[in-house]
Amino acid sequence: MKLRLEVNGRPRSADVPPMKRLLDVLRDDLRLTGTKEGCGEGECGACAVLLDGELVNSCLVPACQADRRAVTTVEGLAAPDGSLHPVQQAFWEKGGAQCGICTPGMLVAAVALVERARRPSDAEIREWLAGNLCRCTGYVKIVEAVAAAARARRPGAGARRPKRVKR
Amino acid sequence: MAPARAAVRHLPRAPRAVVGSNVPRREGLEKLTGRALYVADLDVPGAWWGVTVRSPHARARILSIERDLGADGARAVVVTAEDLLRAGRDNVVHLIADDQPFLAHRSVEHAEEAVALVAAPTREEAERAAARVRVRYEPLEPVLDFERAETIHKTCAIDKGDVAAAFAGAARVVEGTYRVGHQEHAYIEPNGMVAWPRIDGVRLVRGSLQCPFYVHAALTRLFGEPAEAIRVAQTSTGGGFGGKEDYPDLVAGHAALLADACGRPVRLLYDRAEDMVATTKRHPGRIVHRTALDAEGRLLGMDVEVLLDGGAYVTLSPVVLSRAVIHAAGPYRCANVRIRGRVVKTNTPPNGAFRGFGVPQVAFALERHLDRVARAAGLDRVELRRRNLLADGETTATGQAVIDAGASRQALDAALKRSRFAATARAHARFNRRHAHLRRGLGLACFFHGSGFTGNGEIRLASEVALELLEGGRVRVLAAATEIGQGTRTVFAQIVAQVLGLPYEAVETVDPDTALVPDSGPTVASRTVPIVGRILADAARELDAVLARRVGRPPGRPWTRRDFAGAAALHLDAGGERRVTARFSNPSGQRFDETRYVGDAYAAYAWAAAVAEVEVDLTSFETRVLRVVAAQDIGRAIHPRLAAGQLEGGLTQAVGWALFEEVVARDGRMANGQLTNYILPTAIETPPIELVVLERPFAHGPFGAKGIGELPMDGGAPAVVNAIADALEIDLDRLPATPERIAAAWLAARPERRRA
Ligand code: FES
Ligand code: FES
Repeated sequence: MKLRLEVNGRPRSADVPPMKRLLDVLRDDLRLTGTKEGCGEGECGACAVLLDGELVNSCLVPACQADRRAVTTVEGLAAPDGSLHPVQQAFWEKGGAQCGICTPGMLVAAVALVERARRPSDAEIREWLAGNLCRCTGYVKIVEAVAAAARARRPGAGARRPKRVKR
Repeated sequence: MAPARAAVRHLPRAPRAVVGSNVPRREGLEKLTGRALYVADLDVPGAWWGVTVRSPHARARILSIERDLGADGARAVVVTAEDLLRAGRDNVVHLIADDQPFLAHRSVEHAEEAVALVAAPTREEAERAAARVRVRYEPLEPVLDFERAETIHKTCAIDKGDVAAAFAGAARVVEGTYRVGHQEHAYIEPNGMVAWPRIDGVRLVRGSLQCPFYVHAALTRLFGEPAEAIRVAQTSTGGGFGGKEDYPDLVAGHAALLADACGRPVRLLYDRAEDMVATTKRHPGRIVHRTALDAEGRLLGMDVEVLLDGGAYVTLSPVVLSRAVIHAAGPYRCANVRIRGRVVKTNTPPNGAFRGFGVPQVAFALERHLDRVARAAGLDRVELRRRNLLADGETTATGQAVIDAGASRQALDAALKRSRFAATARAHARFNRRHAHLRRGLGLACFFHGSGFTGNGEIRLASEVALELLEGGRVRVLAAATEIGQGTRTVFAQIVAQVLGLPYEAVETVDPDTALVPDSGPTVASRTVPIVGRILADAARELDAVLARRVGRPPGRPWTRRDFAGAAALHLDAGGERRVTARFSNPSGQRFDETRYVGDAYAAYAWAAAVAEVEVDLTSFETRVLRVVAAQDIGRAIHPRLAAGQLEGGLTQAVGWALFEEVVARDGRMANGQLTNYILPTAIETPPIELVVLERPFAHGPFGAKGIGELPMDGGAPAVVNAIADALEIDLDRLPATPERIAAAWLAARPERRRA
């Protein structure tokens, strides 16, 4: 099928089988390799992206479901001038990335949280990130970073509870 | 007596302290923006896909391999052991015993052993072709239970003092048997390599790995080619923890064989399932303790048997065993010690290096055992440990007098204080009285970890590093130590910058590539900072001396960037060497008798104590870890935030191993080889972690630093399991402490409790 979608704010298209995983479309067809594959079965969250603002594991999303929708990947988090998203900035300052393989998915998940939730508690952050495995950090510095980013961000009155879409 | 800070060398007065500060991580921005390239991200035009055909049997004779690929044949290549031998290759993975083949020949010794390799233009075609490679086997009876295995990979023994006399004169003898299971590394990036065919006489392999020169040695041997003909370069690596110490030799060899066969680059990328079932794990083990005590609860004699499951080939088992044996008596004072270690062969995938490297197994056994000893002796478990922990200058099981061994008590005191141990225990008692179905408990573990290779290993390795002068007064670090998440590149730049008194930004690092860097040894054994970092500091002092001589000023004074650039330019213009190299020099004068296991097993040890607080639900027998407190003496934190990251990550892996990480095997094959059913700690199960970092400097480490990577993995599991045992007043002697095992121990303990 001729897939049309918006990726990180830019219209993109690709000729792909409708059931091709969105993860592979991003990585192979669009050469956006920031999004990682850690398990291919929805367990690790390394492949997490935002689909119309909802957090999804792109290894579980067929291309056809992404048609005419907006995708945000790790490559799209920083501003066009290269300045980091507050979540990236907080990961940078707190040491939220070690080997870095879980980081793209972790950042995207964290962005989905801080863009909507007001001052999430430690427990809420942990619960929200439970779909993203990290084998390196023990999550301590990741949770600290997300809390710091949320504090810095102070979402407006329109903030609502985020929804995590799995499978 | 505490060794004074002044005993530590390499401490020039720098304009500002680089070492000890949280400078920005070197490769941090690439990792945060998705730009870092891991092996699966490489764009390799024209590359084919590789697939490995593996044995479904744990043990079998290979009767024949048919490779009629039908229509796909024209666009695929197959490589078997026969092909390899016909082409004059050496079918041996070069390591310790050289008993493992790249491809099984005539027989398979474990399930998932590689039998054939296939490459084709796409992954789908390669998988289709692989499915058409028909291997006929005659299955044989495998040995799967290591406790009954008879073939021995390696034994080793420690004898100190007179154990028989100690037991004869003991007031009390306590015995116990402890068992631990496999643990899967579960780095989030699976193994993978890209290999290119021979171009201009050089074969290039790039990929996810910890030890470029191990892969280099393996390929040199496989192809029978000189060192210059093989080039191995690391890509960004998504975690290793030991799992990418030796296995990448195999992956790289396979990829290179396929590239050779098809004349194109080949990508050999494991998916999660293949990585989990086929690659190495932590050695399962059984450890038996017999302990003799005097009337005051002092350790008179320790008799320990360590049995490890090595799997089908020797690989790294001998060195895992020797580290286990040396650490088996723990950081305790005991004049009479007998330790017997054995690692045996089973028809299961070879077990390998995993953070801790034999120590987590023996630390679990000993720390669990000491709680039992305390109970038998009617002593408080803290008091028992306090009475027996080593003091400064006392000797370990190998008779090594350790100048800073008293740091183990400092760690214990710090962990007790931070966790408010006694007050928390009282609060738990009140909590437990108030709750019918919840039980809280506290657990404690004391542990230590030797930095660097065991015994004379570092002397044999003779690691080498280099520093290179660049334009504008910058310096480049050339070392084979890999960045796998720990922050190698950052701390190396810090050490060199600090010695020269240059700003951190003036020092560059490179991704290890065997064509560019000297062999500074493997990235294992908590050796990167204390060993390689120390050699780098030596190289930096040498560079300082060379340039100072050149401009006629005294050495050892911090440079301004301008003066340094000027001196460097002068030096280079005068035809001076651009590179300065330095080699391991055994600065501590370490000596170890490898036949009798006597002497300085390690130049330095890091010391630690951990306290875990748990809550067990008596309806589900599920355990929630409420908190882990760990006090660890690491000599000196070169980069405090990175150091804390190592400690937190290691403790979390230990919590996982303690509670739910369990490899379920069926017929010698991992049956839960997915992240769906091999359970890792998520952010929810991971407890808050509180660290106390102690810094008693190691005189021969860079700025006093000791190794820290493995230490936190050693003691977390016994602390957690001791807490469960404390909460329920039960005995647990096996890892992981799953709800089923806890329930069984609870039920077994009930009648006794009723009588009490
Ligand atoms: S790759 Fe693991 S959840 Fe998608
Ligand atoms: S940083 Fe390595 S898996 Fe998270």
